[in-house]
Amino acid sequence: MNQIPLEPILATMVEDIRALNIDQPLVIGIHTGGAWIATELHKNLETNSLLGTLDISFYRDDFSRVGLNPKVQSSDLPEPVEGRHILLVDDVLHTGRTIRAAMNEIFSFGRPASIKLAVALERPGRELPIAADVIGKTMELEPMQQAKICQTDSGLHFEIVTQTSSSD
Amino acid sequence: MVPSDSKIQFDHQGRLRHFLTINGLPKETLVQILDTAESFISFGQREIRKVPLLRGKTVVNLFFEPSTRTRTTFEIAAKRLSADVINLSAARMSTSKGESILDTARTLEAMHTDLFVVRDSASGASHLIASHLPEHVRVINAGDGRHAHPTQAMLDMFTIRREKGGFEGLKVAIIGDVLHSRVARSQIHALSTLGVDEIRLIGPRTLIPTEVEAMGVNVTSNMAEGLSGIDVVMMLRLQRERMDGQLVPSEQEYFNRYGLTDDKLSYANPDAIVMHPGPINRGLEIASSVADGDRSVILSQVTNGIAVRMSIMAKLMGGQEDP
Repeated sequence: MNQIPLEPILATMVEDIRALNIDQPLVIGIHTGGAWIATELHKNLETNSLLGTLDISFYRDDFSRVGLNPKVQSSDLPEPVEGRHILLVDDVLHTGRTIRAAMNEIFSFGRPASIKLAVALERPGRELPIAADVIGKTMELEPMQQAKICQTDSGLHFEIVTQTSSSD
Repeated sequence: MVPSDSKIQFDHQGRLRHFLTINGLPKETLVQILDTAESFISFGQREIRKVPLLRGKTVVNLFFEPSTRTRTTFEIAAKRLSADVINLSAARMSTSKGESILDTARTLEAMHTDLFVVRDSASGASHLIASHLPEHVRVINAGDGRHAHPTQAMLDMFTIRREKGGFEGLKVAIIGDVLHSRVARSQIHALSTLGVDEIRLIGPRTLIPTEVEAMGVNVTSNMAEGLSGIDVVMMLRLQRERMDGQLVPSEQEYFNRYGLTDDKLSYANPDAIVMHPGPINRGLEIASSVADGDRSVILSQVTNGIAVRMSIMAKLMGGQEDP
């Protein structure tokens, strides 16, 4: 099993996010992996704003194909997004479809001033014109492989797993 | 023509395709509907109260019996899922010209509608439509005769879970006109599937169906005895329009014996909640002081109905294509 520690990835991300000089960013993590990364980043960024989380299940584009995730979590944005600079955080950027859904959902809460995207792991395979502003690490994976974020006693790390059937 | 099984609700892959009765649905399905509804609850507070799940789909509210809250909450639920909604009610429909329910449904299906929400005074009406329309059409039972009202029962379960935190160990009383109540039948199925500790039916023997004990409930006609130790009080509407003949002595006597007053409620647990599916007959099955009191969750039931109906519609309409 292939393990990738998260600590150096987070260090790179924090440095690059600081360099963006975003004014009072509202950090929003996408459930579940993105929310974990966002929590770590939020700790390190010394921002006064509260941390938000999004569950994008209701905005996915494959609803009519695969149906609803049986365990939808509530999206929790503790501060209004209207006029705010948003730092959207996810664990893996691959097709870009999750980010498209997340941006749609953010706009259902209001009109933000800007959205920047920070991802821990970027893998090629974009199906939409979406690019990240901050990338912790870039990695090529086989089509059947997936990078999953795992929480253990020693902290967070990525695990590269091979799927038996394909689902996004 | 009351359907005896719920097999028709599933497709060949075991996915839920119609929502006609709770009888026969597994616990996981009910819990999943409640969980999804929980995440829809917060949508009322958003700037844009819509999600795109049913965009481009057409929902038909086919109501052959009058209804205000059920039809309205179904309409709001469908619109919050971005569906287009058509409302048809008995007064201006072809049935008054002698067209059968099935013909009406088939005609509407020919206009490429996707989901039917059906209410009818005949038991089994939604079942009939579900079994005769093409496979891609979904049907939700919004109340059929005395048979079932499964979405009402689900919103009741949702309200109980929010107020009480779960179902384990709960003692629930269903009070009043059980005989004519499709709500009560669906509630009993849902409560037993979700595993409450005890279900008690309280009412005059003339309004309790015979052999109802076979459904695993206890029956009493004494309010003091029946309410003792109860956590959830579910009132039923006295359905005078469905009664032929003398089933209750007089309205005053019914209220004296079975009307829920503050005095009678004091027999239940101090933190017991009071529910009613509406519309309320004030001063007949429930006193205004209880219906409007601080233990009443009657208006929460209405609000919760939107999220629960959104959840059920999303469940039926999602994942339609074979993988």
